This record gives sequence, C-alpha cells and structure tokens, in this order.
Amino acid sequence: MENFTPIASTIGGVLIGLSASLMLLLHGRIAGISGIVGGVLQPHAGERLWRLLFLGGMLAGGVAFGLAAPAVVADELGRTPATVVVAGLLVGFGTRLGSGCTSGHGICGLTRFSPRSLVAVLTFMTTGAVTAYVVNHVILGGAA
Amino acid sequence: MTHPVLRNLSHAAAGLLFAAGLGLAGMTQPTKVVGFLDVLGDWDPSLAFVMVGGILTHMALYRFIVRRPSPLMADAFRIPTRRDITPRLVVGSAMFGAGWAIAGFCPGPSLVSAGAGAPTGLLFLGAMLGGMALFQLYDRRAPQGTPPAARPGDAASGGTAPAA
Repeated sequence: MENFTPIASTIGGVLIGLSASLMLLLHGRIAGISGIVGGVLQPHAGERLWRLLFLGGMLAGGVAFGLAAPAVVADELGRTPATVVVAGLLVGFGTRLGSGCTSGHGICGLTRFSPRSLVAVLTFMTTGAVTAYVVNHVILGGAA
Repeated sequence: MTHPVLRNLSHAAAGLLFAAGLGLAGMTQPTKVVGFLDVLGDWDPSLAFVMVGGILTHMALYRFIVRRPSPLMADAFRIPTRRDITPRLVVGSAMFGAGWAIAGFCPGPSLVSAGAGAPTGLLFLGAMLGGMALFQLYDRRAPQGTPPAARPGDAASGGTAPAA
C-alpha cells in the first residue's frame, strides 16, 4: 500500500464532481464519458460539436500531463497489445450496452440515487475485483 | 442566447477540468486502478476516495442546480429517468468491469492517456471505439424496442436522450 494517495485522490474526485456539476448547470447534461464518446459515433443534428469539444478538452488535459507530469500517465502494467485490445473492446461494448461507465453511473448516477446506476456500479466493481484477482493471482501467479 | 464561442469554450473547459481531476486522482495510472480492484492483493484503496470526493461534491451542488427552471446555456435538463433493471444493464456493466480490470483503463482515463501520447492509451482508445462501433451494429440487429437515440432517459447516456 506504498502508493496510497487519499488526499490527491479526494481532490481529483472533487474536480470531477465540479466538472459534472458544470455540465449540468450550464448545459443540463450528464457528464458520462462513455455516453459522450458513443454519441460521437452516432451523430444527431447539433449533437456532435459539443461532444468533440468536451473530448478535445480531455485530450488537451492529457497533452498537458504528458508534458508537465508524465508519471501521471505512465503505464507500468505491462499488458501485451493483444490483451489491451481485448480490454478496450470489452469496455467499449460493455459501457454502451450497460448505458454508462465509472463517470455516468459511478459519479452522476449514484448522486441521483439512480437504481440502475447502483446496480451497474455494484456489477462492474464485482467483475472488476474478480477479474483483477484472476489476472494477478491465477494467471500471473500471485505477485502479492 | 449564450454566445456560441462561450458555449463551445465551456464544453472544452469542462472536459479539461474532468481530465485534470482524473489525472490528479490517479485514475490514469493502470497500476493504481488494478491495485484498487485487487482487494485481496496488496490493496490500494485510494480510488475509493475519488468516488467519495466526486459524489459528495456533485451531490452538494446537484440539488441547487436542478431547482433551476433550466440550465444556464440550454433549454432543458436532460437527466436520465429510467429505473428498470435490464439484462443489458447488468451484462454490459459486467463486461465493462472485466475490461477495466484487465488493462486498468476506463473510458475517461483512456482519453487522457491517449492525449499524452501513451502507446497503451492510444491502443486502448482505438479498441474501445471499435467496441462501441460493434455495439451499434449489434444494437441495429437486435434493437431493444426503440432505437437508442429515441429511448428516453437512458442512464448516463451523456445527453443523447431527450428530457422526459
């Protein structure tokens, strides 16, 4: 547990909550990232620009981290490219089928006490924990 | 009406703020994500604090925001209203959790990582877009009642659904 960062993680969470609140206050929308990305792939009139702008802001944030604090975006997990592709396909298909991800269900949905979001969060946390256990302790042979 | 430039800037600023939060929180480090999900290993509970900070902040502001007759720059609030627990919701969320734990990326952080030019972030983002495109093909072949765009109040749809 040498990487425990409760203060930075709480502050990061507060910024995410502020962003979600800003989207709601200004535009009346839910800041669900998978929904915003998915909507770009199925554009309706006038529905595409704001999504691209929001996602552009996120990519710009990534550019800034890459330049100023590369440790923030360092990937030391060492998964093979094929594994990363399988994970990406699961996340892309799964979040669209399940109508949301960590942001839309986890932050925005739980804030509203949405029963769908509660079920979604409990489900993805459970399969996430089981998968992490299987990968770390069964497939990779127990690094912990 | 709000000036279009201001409206456009506000969307980009919200995205930038979201990315800053994800980076600061540790959500963009796959080792940290897997360390959080692997509760039976060398557990790092940090990411639980992201959820607490995010939900408490949004909750504190939410009730004041939705008390307004309309948002500041749009005609109406578009908040999901569905309450039905469907197989799609559960199966989709289960797939998402598994994928999240395998590579350590959920959708938002993969965008931040890709923006930084990280090879795994870019690869994951490409595969995720592919997965979303596959879903659209699946949804077109096996639609659930109405097409997704017309389905009102889909939870966390990021605003595709009209206000109910």
